[in-house]
Amino acid sequence: MADSLPLTGAIDLTSAPKARPLALEVLHAWVTTVDHKKIGLMYIGYALVFLVIAGLEAVVMRLQLAVPENSLVSPQVFNRMFTMHGTTMVFFVGMPILFGFGNYLIPLMLGARDMAFPRLNAFSFWIAAFGGLLLYFSFLGGDGLYGAGTAPDVGWFAYAPLTAKVFSPGHSTDYWTLGILLSGVGTIGTALNIVTTIIALRCPGMKLSRMPLLVWLYFITCCMVFVAVGPLTAAQIMLSIDRYLGGHFFDTQAGGSAVLWMHFFWIFGHPEVYILVLPAFGFANEIIPVFSRKAIFGYPAMVAATVAIGFISLSVWAHHMFTVGLGPGANTFFTLATMVIAVPTGIKIFNWIATLSGGNIRFTVAMMFCVAFLFQFLVAGLTGIMLSASPFDWQLSGSYFVVAHFHYVLVGAILFTIFAAFYYWFPKMSGRMLDETLGKWHFWLFLIGFHLTFDFMHIPGVLGMPRRIYTYEFDRGWGVWNLIVSCGVIFQVVAIGCFVFNLLRSYSKGRIAGPDPWDAWTLEWSTASPPPVYNFATIPTVQSRRPLWDLKHPEDPDSNYEM
Amino acid sequence: MSTVSTTLPDPSWTLPSRGLVGIACLIVAESAVFIIFVVAYIFYLGKSISGPTPHDVLDVPIIGTICLLSSSLTVYLAVRALRKNKVRLCSLWLAATVLLGSIFLAGTAREWYQLIYQHGLTIRTNLFGTTFYSLVGLHATHVIVGLIMLTLALVFALLGRVSEANAGRLDVLSLYWHFVDAVWVVVFSVVYILGR
Amino acid sequence: MFVLAITAAIFLAVGGVLAYVLIRYRQRATDSDREPAQIYGSNQIELSWTVIPVLIVVVLFLTTARVIFNTEYASKPRSALDVVVIGHQFWWEFRYPKLGIVTANELHIPVSDPNHPAPTYLEMSSADTDHSFWVPRLAGKTDVIPNRVNVMWIDPESPGIYLGQCAQYCGVQHAKMLIRVYGQSRGDFDRWVAQQQQSANQDGAREEGQSVFLHNACINCHTIRGTSAAGRFGPDLTHLAGRDTIASGAIRNTPANLRKWIDNPDRMKPGCLMPAMHLNDHDLTVVTAYLTTLH
Repeated sequence: MADSLPLTGAIDLTSAPKARPLALEVLHAWVTTVDHKKIGLMYIGYALVFLVIAGLEAVVMRLQLAVPENSLVSPQVFNRMFTMHGTTMVFFVGMPILFGFGNYLIPLMLGARDMAFPRLNAFSFWIAAFGGLLLYFSFLGGDGLYGAGTAPDVGWFAYAPLTAKVFSPGHSTDYWTLGILLSGVGTIGTALNIVTTIIALRCPGMKLSRMPLLVWLYFITCCMVFVAVGPLTAAQIMLSIDRYLGGHFFDTQAGGSAVLWMHFFWIFGHPEVYILVLPAFGFANEIIPVFSRKAIFGYPAMVAATVAIGFISLSVWAHHMFTVGLGPGANTFFTLATMVIAVPTGIKIFNWIATLSGGNIRFTVAMMFCVAFLFQFLVAGLTGIMLSASPFDWQLSGSYFVVAHFHYVLVGAILFTIFAAFYYWFPKMSGRMLDETLGKWHFWLFLIGFHLTFDFMHIPGVLGMPRRIYTYEFDRGWGVWNLIVSCGVIFQVVAIGCFVFNLLRSYSKGRIAGPDPWDAWTLEWSTASPPPVYNFATIPTVQSRRPLWDLKHPEDPDSNYEM
Repeated sequence: MSTVSTTLPDPSWTLPSRGLVGIACLIVAESAVFIIFVVAYIFYLGKSISGPTPHDVLDVPIIGTICLLSSSLTVYLAVRALRKNKVRLCSLWLAATVLLGSIFLAGTAREWYQLIYQHGLTIRTNLFGTTFYSLVGLHATHVIVGLIMLTLALVFALLGRVSEANAGRLDVLSLYWHFVDAVWVVVFSVVYILGR
Repeated sequence: MFVLAITAAIFLAVGGVLAYVLIRYRQRATDSDREPAQIYGSNQIELSWTVIPVLIVVVLFLTTARVIFNTEYASKPRSALDVVVIGHQFWWEFRYPKLGIVTANELHIPVSDPNHPAPTYLEMSSADTDHSFWVPRLAGKTDVIPNRVNVMWIDPESPGIYLGQCAQYCGVQHAKMLIRVYGQSRGDFDRWVAQQQQSANQDGAREEGQSVFLHNACINCHTIRGTSAAGRFGPDLTHLAGRDTIASGAIRNTPANLRKWIDNPDRMKPGCLMPAMHLNDHDLTVVTAYLTTLH
């Protein structure tokens, strides 16, 4: 039943035979496209390339740190590695891959033909892509490969006054500033497009309360983008004014404040991590119900909790600054706000568990990644609660405990759901299934590697190891833990290798998927795989949250029950 | 009965216009940028170690402000005229808007000339110089962009290529212009009233 | 420990329920094709799992707030020792204003007796970029920021060496900006203070070395009290020979190491800000010999 099309007339079944296009024609089509699906795929492909590059940067770091007093790379190279790894992963892997999925799925889920502003969509992609290339050009620019290279080495949050011209001469910091500035422009453009599409292009009958939860989560994410990316852009303009026009925004010699940079950066930085995690929740919200064979439990609460998370996350930024000496009043306020955010987040976890409960759980690879996500996000949230207590944080801030915590969220929660999203929607995007056996290898290898690395990473943090150090002494007792952490990397590298191989091979040799391989319920599964360029032959009209469920179960439609 | 119908679109299903939603989003995003510059300005008031202070060198730009705020009215009238398909009247009001905006910019330019050459205040002089030129300069940049867009609209209107069907788009542009004026109200209050 | 207990309990409870649900409701081969009952929500259940977490947060928050205020508003006893800490790229300057001592990288403090507390209050600022003072076994870290003074206190109760290091990335050699805190008994500490308060040792046999030191650019950066060297950019060397390490804890203080360090600091601590002095062999030998007499 899942293979036949539930909607008659929904797709154009005739296909005119075409001559094979030239390579140049194909390239031209992709470069000039304004189709949200192609743009989405370009974002995803771009992000995957940078995932590998930033992953290699991490491999270099872990090799250097595997044993004490190692001299595999110089401190200058190591400092560039952690700066580029963090910057790339956040801005050129996380953001593009999430906006890529959003770009692809949102019009399809809304029953629309494309995004609200297709040309803006293309522009946003290309300017963000250019930003990444500019950042990486820094390895070649200036002194280039002969000297030490001029990639930035100021850390991904580039604290002032280390970034002042006097402490960071040359142009490395400027590559960081400009690369991210351009990517920020692209991000705002895409967010604007997504919000406008959601408000103005929904198909008839799709009230806001009937949108798939993934769309809700992207909506809230993009609203946060508007508020959060501006401060970073402003701070970077200020930094550039300091570096090139002799300004004094962060010039402590002239009375400027280093703490002001921290405030501005983290006013961006904290919402940014929620901007990264909310789409991941969105993927889970779609995948978990389908493989539990139940509707999501508590749809209104999920929306309300996410809105709450969005608002509260704008008020917790200074928990990154507990050690700066802001005073007990500020420390207490930010501790409270950070702890409060645990409540809506917990509600979401409970709703997911309630969705699973009473269901008929199918452990496909996509679902396995989601299950791992649930456990790992639980742990990550709890270590976050520990860190939210300022006295705890005074010890653990800036240590490997924090690094372990945020990698638990970024990799354990976000990357795992991104993998789940790949296995779930690759059939829709390419028309073929990813291989489940290879997928299981990918899952188990990555799970082992992830836990080896990031579970044990908490320990050096508790033992006093700060972050961003290129080496450490023999007598600190951190060596054995660092070695275990570094060993986990091997598993992760092999797992990613399996995954990339799976993607490439399945694209041409995978089992044909058909329009609805998972027996799912939202509108993207009502059209062909891959969808035609116009998405739907006729714009559908919907009467509930799960239009395809209603079609498949006309005796028991959702519209009878929705709260 | 199929619950997902593929019949003709429902005429009662109306959603907000994409242009209005889009410009609202842009305004929120730009406001976030401006707020940070305003915060920096306020934070650094009185903290300059040396050099001129706001009280010493700033004159309240009354004329420029009146011109800029009036231009909000003229651009509103331009949109209203276009909605009634009165293209020539619309061109007139657009021209007035561009003129008023240009007077504002000229006033800013003159003010900066005096600050730099008579009072020796540049962006690198002290914290006040840095924050002042950055904030007012950021606003002026937005004014320039707005004037370019308004001038383009004026040129299209004069060339007869604009009609009632484009009123929605002109409305979107006018919202941007209103935003620029609203930012000026904030900047004016903070820099010339609060800060002096 | 309280925070750890609560979070561990939450993990076991929620994780346990999750694991149970996954096992109990997994699809089995014997299952029919019918979809399970679709449950859309339940107001009572959702209310309860909102209220309970709120209560947990309230409890957690109140206990945390109490610790915050107790730490930050702890009253300073009159017997407290005052030390001014200045963070540099990539070393620590320690000044004892009331005792007239200036030293670097190795902080000597008296241990405290619970009945007569003698904590050490650190007033900290930076001369260049952001740093952070962290000695894990003594206290949490506090950032050391230019144009700002942060205060913290440490209060060891048993003597020993407490290791720490800079905890805020400050440039190339952030990793080697180490701290050694020597908690000493009252007697040992007073003896150390007395020795530090003296001017530099004048050893007749090492005059040539002293002369080389004073006629080279060394004096631009370093101070040796009792001589004309009064530079402030680098560490105070008046009692260099009494320290266990050089280069901010990175290298053991032996004559051989000291010689190699002066010859080419960048080779031992790449990226540090001390330039190679380009002394010839003879000068290098006598200067090193001189510095080893500065007890």
